[in-house]
Amino acid sequence: MMHEKPVLIREDGLRHDGRRPDELRPIKMEVGVLSNADGSAYVEFGGTKVLAAVYGPREVHPRHLALPDRALLRCRYHMAPFSTMDRKSPAPSRREIELSKVIREALESLIFVDLYPRTSIDIFIEVLQADGGTRTTGLTAASLALADAGIPMRDLAAGVAVGKIDGVLVLDIDEVEDEYGEADMPIGYAPSIDEIVLLQLNGVLSLDEFRQALELAKKGATMIYKMMKETLHNKYLRILSEE
Amino acid sequence: MKILVANRQIVRPGDVIAIIEDKKAVVEERYFPDKHIYIRGNRVMTDVVGLASINDNDVQVIPLEGKYIPRVDDVVIGMVVSIGITNWILDINSPYPAVLNANEVIENFNPITMNLRDYLDIGDYVIAKITAFDRTRDPVLTVKGRGLGKITEGTVIEVKASRIPRIIGKKGSMLNLLTQKTGCSIIVGQNGLIWLRCSDENVLDVLIRAIRRIEARSHVRGLTEEIRMFLDKNLGKTSG
Repeated sequence: MMHEKPVLIREDGLRHDGRRPDELRPIKMEVGVLSNADGSAYVEFGGTKVLAAVYGPREVHPRHLALPDRALLRCRYHMAPFSTMDRKSPAPSRREIELSKVIREALESLIFVDLYPRTSIDIFIEVLQADGGTRTTGLTAASLALADAGIPMRDLAAGVAVGKIDGVLVLDIDEVEDEYGEADMPIGYAPSIDEIVLLQLNGVLSLDEFRQALELAKKGATMIYKMMKETLHNKYLRILSEE
Repeated sequence: MKILVANRQIVRPGDVIAIIEDKKAVVEERYFPDKHIYIRGNRVMTDVVGLASINDNDVQVIPLEGKYIPRVDDVVIGMVVSIGITNWILDINSPYPAVLNANEVIENFNPITMNLRDYLDIGDYVIAKITAFDRTRDPVLTVKGRGLGKITEGTVIEVKASRIPRIIGKKGSMLNLLTQKTGCSIIVGQNGLIWLRCSDENVLDVLIRAIRRIEARSHVRGLTEEIRMFLDKNLGKTSG
C-alpha cells in the first residue's frame, strides 16, 4: 500500500502537522495508573499511547534464571493488535524482540541491579496506539513506572526521536515523517548524569548532521525529562490537595 | 557540603540534593544504598522517589515506594506457604522467602516422630524476628521472644512497607497515639503487615481507617495532629 509522498515541510517551514522543526508533540503523562502492578505509568506523545507496568523486585520464576550477584531485568515491549491501522499479530515479532532488548539494556545501565541479587524486575510495555516513536515513548513510560515502583536508579531516562525529513532535522517524528523521511534516530537520554542510554539510527546522516541531531535530541529529551519529574511529584501533591 | 533541598521535600531519582565543596571528597561514583543517595563527581544525587531528610549537614532520602527488603532484628509478620521436613517457609511480602526452623518452635524436635503440620499449617500467620540475612541466602526467622509466635486471634492488615516508618512515627509517636486513643493491641511488622486486636468492632474499624489514612498521606506534614483529630472525631461517635 504505497501512497504518494506527502508534503513533509510546508512552504512556511512548518511540518505537515503544523509543528516547528524543534517542537515536540503534545505530551501527557501519569504514574500509578494500575493498582495491581508495583509501579505503572501511562504516556502519550501525540497519537502514540503507551502503558507501562513494573513488578519487582520479586522472586524469579523459573528459578534457574536467577542471577547470584544481581537482579534479573526482564522487559517486554509489545504492541496491542489494535495499535496499528492493520491488525498486528499479537505474537512477538522480530522487531518487538529487538526493542525489548534495547529498552532493557538502556534501563539496566540506570538501575542499581546489584542491590537485589536472586530477584527479578519485570517491565511490561504495552503500545495501545502507534503513531511513530513508540520505543522512545515506551522507554519514557518504563522509567516512570520503575520510579513509581520505588526501584533505586541513577536517573530517569527520557526518550525522543530526531528525524531528517526533506533535508531538515526535526524533533519527535511521527509515523508519516518516519515513513517518508530520510533518517530516524531514536535516543534515550538521562539528563542529570548526562548519559545516552539508547541510540539507534535508521537511514543516513552526515557526521555534522549527526552532531546536530544529537544536540536537538538532548534538548527535546531534557524537556520531556522535566515533565517526568513533575509527573512523579504531582502524584503526591494530588493527595495533599484532597481531604 | 551545600544542601539544596528543604527537609521533607519530595525528591525523585536523579535529583541533585547537595553539592560537595571539598575537592578531596569528589569521586567518580559512590553509592550509599541505605541512604538512597549516590555521589557522582561533586554532586549528591537521589535514587528513589522519597522525602529528603536533613540532620546536621547530613542528608538522606526516605523512600515513598518500594518492596520490603529484610534486615536483621526486624519484627515481621509472615504467612506459612510451604512445609519442609525440618522447617517452614514463610511469605514475608519480600522478594526473599523466609525460613523458620522447626527447633525454633518445638523443643527436642525429632523429624521422625513429629509432623510440622501439627504445629503450624499452611495459611497460619506468625509474628517473628529476622536473625540472619545477607542477600546471598534467604532470611532466617526466630519466634523466641516477647510477643512473637503464631497468631491465634485479632486481625492482620497489609499496608505498603515503605509507609511503615510513618505508621510508627518519630520515636514511636504515631503508634503510641493509635494505641492510646483506641486501646487496641497493635504489632507492626516492618514488612508492611500489621496485627491488631480490639475489644470492639467499631473501634477496630476506625483504627483501620486511621492506618489507611496514614498510608495514603504519609508525605503530609503534621500528620500526627491530623490523625489525632481523626480519631477524636470518629471514636467519639462510635462510643456515644
